[in-house]
Amino acid sequence: MATTTTKSAFWRGVRDGAPFLLVSGPFGLLFGVLAAEAGLIVPEALTFSLAVFAGSAQFTALQLMQENAPILIVLISALAVNLRVAMYSASLTPYLGSAPLWQRAIAAYFTVDQSYALSIVKFESEPEMSVPERMAYFFGTNGLVAPGWMAATVTGAMIGAQVPDSWGLDFVLPLAFLAMIGPMLRTPAHVVACFVAVATALPAAALPYNLGLIVAGLAGMMAGARAEVWLERRTKEQST
Amino acid sequence: MSSIDPTTLWTAIIGLAVGSFALRFAFIGIVGGRAMPDWLMRHLRYTAVAIIPALVAPLVAWPAPTGGTPSLPHVAVAALTLAVGYLTKNVLLAMGTGAASFVLLLYLGG
Repeated sequence: MATTTTKSAFWRGVRDGAPFLLVSGPFGLLFGVLAAEAGLIVPEALTFSLAVFAGSAQFTALQLMQENAPILIVLISALAVNLRVAMYSASLTPYLGSAPLWQRAIAAYFTVDQSYALSIVKFESEPEMSVPERMAYFFGTNGLVAPGWMAATVTGAMIGAQVPDSWGLDFVLPLAFLAMIGPMLRTPAHVVACFVAVATALPAAALPYNLGLIVAGLAGMMAGARAEVWLERRTKEQST
Repeated sequence: MSSIDPTTLWTAIIGLAVGSFALRFAFIGIVGGRAMPDWLMRHLRYTAVAIIPALVAPLVAWPAPTGGTPSLPHVAVAALTLAVGYLTKNVLLAMGTGAASFVLLLYLGG
């Protein structure tokens, strides 16, 4: 009986995750193409996607390596872009924390935007789910997305090797990032963070070792956090 | 385009693999259900919306295809992509708009 429900939870996850193929597919493809443009061969691009499995961090690292940024800056920046997965991990812990360690370790690898977003909604709306069912659902959400991401990377890398340099694909990466940022600007505080980061990044671009990125990122984060506190306080004052 | 030095590439891949896993495992594996300090969570919320624009801004202001010369069409395409993403909250639609206007830019630029 338990096996049946666990199995059906997995397949529900697969079904719910399927539409996200439309997002991870094109982005995986783009990563492959840009990786090939940067001189990576297909196995290198695939290893990158398999080992790191974090789109925005992969794009960031790729861009900075092309700018010949020091390796430390590459690592710090790419990991900072991916800090949100630490928040996902924190927020999933109450639901999955009592699963066996090996399952939690595998779940950690599969913690990405899609699996998190689907799972947290599911777990909140169906509190009666058992921990094995939750785990099964969580893995199910990645059932198509993860293989899709890898397959798209390989396809993209094969296509990218054929694309002539004259197409100026260098500019596609900033556009892809901008497309990702738009929907992230959910609150005025997010907009403040983004604006301050941009305003700092332009003059700070003169700093050596791509340090400007770190400085501007920190400035944006602090501005966002400040704005959040200020906006909360203002809302409270208005309601009293 | 410049090729990436293999040592840098593999250091980045291994470093990011370990680092990304550590970030993901930190809480679910180690911290458990303990609450995080508010100030830390508040700053973490804005990491992506700060770092990504900081990375993109110089790439738009001094675009690589023009050799780093500021170019109004590139800024316009970038602004349009961001605006569509912000207004529709749809990554795919924004990406499609960006791709379409980028192709237009290629034709116009010859």
